[in-house]
Amino acid sequence: MIPIHLLVINVWFGLEKLLLIGAIISFSLVVAMYTTFAERKIAGFMQDRRGPNRAGPFGILQPLADGLKLFFKEEIIPLTSNKGLFVLGPALAMLTAMLTSAVIPWGNQIEIAGRTVSLQVADVNIGILYVFGVVSLGVYGIMIGGWSSNNKFSLLAAVRGASQIISYELAMGLSLISLLLMTGSLNLKSIVEQQMQGGWGGLLGWNILYQPLAFLIFLICVFAECNRTPFDLPEAENELNFGYHQEYSSMKLGLYLFSEYVNMFISSAVVSTLFFGGYDIPFVDETTLASNIGVNLVALLGFLTFFAKIAFFLFLFIWVRWTIPRFRYDQLMDLGWKKLIPLALANLLITAVVILALNK
Amino acid sequence: MPITEIIFWTLSSAAILAALMVIFSKNPVHSVLWLIVVFFAISGHYVLLNAQFLAIVNMIVYAGAIMVLFLFVIMLMNMNADQEPNKSKWMKMAGVVSGGSLMLILVATLKNNTAVAGGQEAGIGLIQQLGRTLFSEYVVPFEISSVLFLSAMVGAIILGKKEKGIIETNVSK
Repeated sequence: MIPIHLLVINVWFGLEKLLLIGAIISFSLVVAMYTTFAERKIAGFMQDRRGPNRAGPFGILQPLADGLKLFFKEEIIPLTSNKGLFVLGPALAMLTAMLTSAVIPWGNQIEIAGRTVSLQVADVNIGILYVFGVVSLGVYGIMIGGWSSNNKFSLLAAVRGASQIISYELAMGLSLISLLLMTGSLNLKSIVEQQMQGGWGGLLGWNILYQPLAFLIFLICVFAECNRTPFDLPEAENELNFGYHQEYSSMKLGLYLFSEYVNMFISSAVVSTLFFGGYDIPFVDETTLASNIGVNLVALLGFLTFFAKIAFFLFLFIWVRWTIPRFRYDQLMDLGWKKLIPLALANLLITAVVILALNK
Repeated sequence: MPITEIIFWTLSSAAILAALMVIFSKNPVHSVLWLIVVFFAISGHYVLLNAQFLAIVNMIVYAGAIMVLFLFVIMLMNMNADQEPNKSKWMKMAGVVSGGSLMLILVATLKNNTAVAGGQEAGIGLIQQLGRTLFSEYVVPFEISSVLFLSAMVGAIILGKKEKGIIETNVSK
């Protein structure tokens, strides 16, 4: 429970958490950096071109070059903009993108000098609700940025983005309720541990096998929440010039663009945690492996497995972006309200009935 | 001073300060944003009272959904401080009277109350406990309020549809 954690302030505990937070944030940023690179490379492959290949071997230094370019560009704050909010917008976008990483279990515990350290920053028992809370706050970065730019296109894009995110939040929540009916817990760590109990070293326990429809709805909603194609209406460049960040320049624009990739990374982590067993290694029983090769090595392997799952979803994000064209606004609303929500409700009802029948 | 007290005083002063800023900001968008800060501070109080579920739902529903809709309306109306029409004297008087009576009621109810010693039992604000209480002790009020929400939703849809119908008939005439 949070209060107990807050009250008993132990120096080592604080240091551990601080180190973990630092590690997770820098890791997320580096992964997000190289996702931009992967995006350009994969786009190049799909469109039969080479993609970036000038900076370093295979263009591997390209993200660094991009970042430096953004930092050194001239910073322009429009005269008619609302200055305080104009600066607050990208900061909020980045903050809400990073906040979710606190409740994700990145691996099982490790042992350092006799102390057991959990690889999760905050093991709160309402983990999923926390994720939803942060997602619902994600709108503000877009809205504040779009409004304070004092530009009609930016405002239109911001309003579009906000209504899209609010609409898809509903279907997202509903699809997850059927999953929660099965797990009976809102704690992300216990959801992972339940999945690890399944046969074949955990593979048969993965929630995707029991809730495929919920997974599909959740995945679609995640695409919409991240403003990725086919749901990238807030930055539809051929309709809105550039979207909600049109007036931004230099690293403020960089933060907006970058927060999208951080969002993708974190959402992939959430999807893997909920439906694909998190840090569970398929076909391997972790407890017997731990007695053979030690806890730390198993935690590392678990983390690598988790990262492989995340990398697959990141690839899916990119794959879809370069394959499917953008929705029209009315199609977007139609899909969200008239298709996904009834489908999620039906799934919820069926799950509830099945659980009730099996328990009796 | 124990750490809970420090947190309490920080959160309380933040809440009061932000609430004052809601009233004193000239720009309605700033007011909405300050109101969100107030909700955050109140969520912090809920956590201190060991009611994590309430804290996070307060954030999702109020800060995440309702305030976004407020922001929506205000942004689209593009209200500015200089466009605001001057209110008449009577309006201002009515505002003072109604606000004053609300204040009176609040003071009257809170004056004789002793502080609630809540949140000491482990698990009182947790979701299992809350669900059990809601669906056993308070099931009738719970269901009635959900019907109320449903009727409000249906009402909103009907209002929206009706307006469309009027426009269509006007065009056909």
